[in-house]
Amino acid sequence: MHIETGNRHQLLIEGILMSDPVNHGLALLAGLLTIAVLALLFWPRGGLLGLWSRWRTANRRVLLEDALKFVYDCEYKKIAFGLDSLSGHLQIPADKAARLLDRLQSMGLIRGDGDSFRLTSTGRSYALRVVRVHRIWERYLADETGVRPDEWHDAADQMEHELSAEAADRLAGRIGNPVFDPHGDPIPSPEGKMPAPKGQSLSTLAPGESARIIHLEDEPQSIFAQLTALGLFPGMGVYVTESGDGKVSFVANGEEHVLTSLFASAITVHPTKKTIAGQEKYEVLSALQQGEQAEIRGISPNCPGQQRRRFMDLGIVPGTIVTADMKSPGGDPVAYRVMGAHIAIRKSQADCIFVRRLEKA
Amino acid sequence: MMKQEEPGHNEEIISLANALRWDLGMDFHDKVIESTYADATDIAGKVVTRGDDRQADTVDSRVDRILTSRWLGFPIMFLLLAVVFWITVAGANVPSRMLASLFLDTGHPFLKSVSAAAGLPAWLDGVLLDGMYLSIAWVISVMLPPMAIFFPLFTLLEDLGYLPRVAFNMDRLFRKAGAHGKQALTLSMGFGCNAAGVIAARVIDSPRERLIAIITNNFSLCNGRWPTQILIATLFIGSAVPAHWAGFVSAGAVVFIAVLGIFFSLVVSWGLSRTVLRGEASAFSLELPPYRPPRILQTLYTSLIDRTIFVLWRAIIFAAPAGIIIWVVSNVHAGDLSLASHFIRSADPLALLFGLNGVILLAYIIAIPANEIVIPTILMLTVMSVGLAGQGEGAGVMFETDTAEGTRDILAAGGWTLLTAVNLMLFSLLHNPCSTTIYTIYRETGSWKWTLVSTFLPILMGFAVCFFVTQIWLLFTG
Repeated sequence: MHIETGNRHQLLIEGILMSDPVNHGLALLAGLLTIAVLALLFWPRGGLLGLWSRWRTANRRVLLEDALKFVYDCEYKKIAFGLDSLSGHLQIPADKAARLLDRLQSMGLIRGDGDSFRLTSTGRSYALRVVRVHRIWERYLADETGVRPDEWHDAADQMEHELSAEAADRLAGRIGNPVFDPHGDPIPSPEGKMPAPKGQSLSTLAPGESARIIHLEDEPQSIFAQLTALGLFPGMGVYVTESGDGKVSFVANGEEHVLTSLFASAITVHPTKKTIAGQEKYEVLSALQQGEQAEIRGISPNCPGQQRRRFMDLGIVPGTIVTADMKSPGGDPVAYRVMGAHIAIRKSQADCIFVRRLEKA
Repeated sequence: MMKQEEPGHNEEIISLANALRWDLGMDFHDKVIESTYADATDIAGKVVTRGDDRQADTVDSRVDRILTSRWLGFPIMFLLLAVVFWITVAGANVPSRMLASLFLDTGHPFLKSVSAAAGLPAWLDGVLLDGMYLSIAWVISVMLPPMAIFFPLFTLLEDLGYLPRVAFNMDRLFRKAGAHGKQALTLSMGFGCNAAGVIAARVIDSPRERLIAIITNNFSLCNGRWPTQILIATLFIGSAVPAHWAGFVSAGAVVFIAVLGIFFSLVVSWGLSRTVLRGEASAFSLELPPYRPPRILQTLYTSLIDRTIFVLWRAIIFAAPAGIIIWVVSNVHAGDLSLASHFIRSADPLALLFGLNGVILLAYIIAIPANEIVIPTILMLTVMSVGLAGQGEGAGVMFETDTAEGTRDILAAGGWTLLTAVNLMLFSLLHNPCSTTIYTIYRETGSWKWTLVSTFLPILMGFAVCFFVTQIWLLFTG
């Protein structure tokens, strides 16, 4: 077949290819540079865009609301509040903290009396609104998203200044009007009501006493992160074996823990009489070998939100009998027989299910 | 007598109830579910008598032991999928050719003669018959047969209970990529049609993993792109090697592109799950239902109606206006050049940086409804812009040549080189999903954000990959 050539357009293309005005080394460099710039801009969190949005929120209102929340927290826990603790908490210089306190007073949010300050009723309801948004958001993150536990607090610290009270109410309605945040803190009602603080610090328990963890202090972040890393969560049963000498030894989920009193005081517990699941040592579902049977004892509090609901929907509740049935070619996931159905569960999730091994029938 | 309701009475009760909820404690919800199950088990134990289901159990588990075994699991899986693809490709050829000859070779000239007899104005005749009719006819004849074969076969495997075992086998790989094992299914489904693959992601009940499966489905080389890959690989890559290697090398090139797609799918899944989708909720569980004999008729019905016809209908709806646009840009002139030629000329210098050309860019823009019409559009635009005499059917009339050599001569006249061919194959894998798929993604996610991400992420990747391939290639060859 003959094709007529010599056309203008084709000459144009050939011209470009032959004269080759592009230096390919330079072009490659430019390409790499473009990708680097895009990465710099849009890199999640570390990128300039992320930094800009964080810088934007660090304004005066944020500082004011954070200060108010801190005053409220001190009053709720009956801790002394003063200029030093404020500047320490917000990590700002003392003179800036002093100006902040002046501003809070002039706005009628707190009342000063020498060195001590009290919230006014306007100030208290303002603080409670912020606290409410913060805790609803934490609950939302825990239940409806995959955000990791050690990131809840920081994310909520941002969101509490951005979400309006009305939007928070709507969100609360959607997730079933929760009354506790995932750390065990009560969420103030829309009218600004809060229950009196309950429970006692873990360090106050005597050896031999049993209790249930009802709250883990989420500030400072480093302590909370370490407690979480130990596998401690609200709802978990503990049994104190030794106490005193600046240390507390206790058993939780069958494991012995030793904490200094600083860490132990970040754990609030509610004393109980009866033994709670998790105090005796349970095995986890993933420890079962193929063909072995076990009885479910509970789901670790470590597994919140959708995954927990999914497990319960599948019948993974205390008393159910499960059998490890098939391994996938890679060994993970494993299929278990639960209530007559085959359910494949990944190892990381089977680690969250406590079981008691049964003798083979 | 009605008692007058005291104002504020309800609020008082609600606020008291709310205050009492603080005393119930955090695990109240769990307690309710646990006691519900305890009661249900209790009742079931009293009233349900169990038959002996041990027999069926052992057969099932024996089959399972083979299908999920360490050594046989994967070979059986690849074999079954290969058979499904082979039947699809081999079986679709004949009906596709019959439909094409009916709609394109017979139907189109017939309609043209009818419109000429009726005295339709030339522009209306062009818009309706050369534009709209041809693009719809093309989409139907290329798309319908493979889908009508692939989907029933796939649904049959699903109905049999085999597909969940595939997800079970593949979960380890997908878990490492931050995805769900069932993504293996949506990925395979995507080889048939990405829109159907996106819909199939409904089986993934974890929000994050479902989004990942939807966004990455476009990396599965769909039915509409296989013919393009095979054609270009045969014409340019096969002919670049000695003749006795040609078949092997060009087939290898196509398989390489498909495997590259799976690779990108996993890498992008990994990236998404660690960046933008990190915070989305995730919950894993996978039910392995008992095997059961497939219900053939019902399978045929549901896969034809729910999948094939559904997707085809969406494709037609998008193809019709696109056909009109293709005709209009080729026939409306500004100055002495058509709109299409203007675009092709101004886009050429930029496109050449990416090793493509203006024709390819324009074809991918106006042929967005279906990948099936990309090659016919490229041929028509090339003939038009290069001004080849005696080729094609006229401006705005998509066509394919009778012989592969004819296609190669036209493309070569349009300035195509081996590099252009390689880049077209890469770009065909890495570009925006077709409009049917984009619309389906929007319907499935209900979110503009994720629709835009799934549209622009692959096209950006495509440009980046083509750019680096071209520049490195030219650095070493020229």
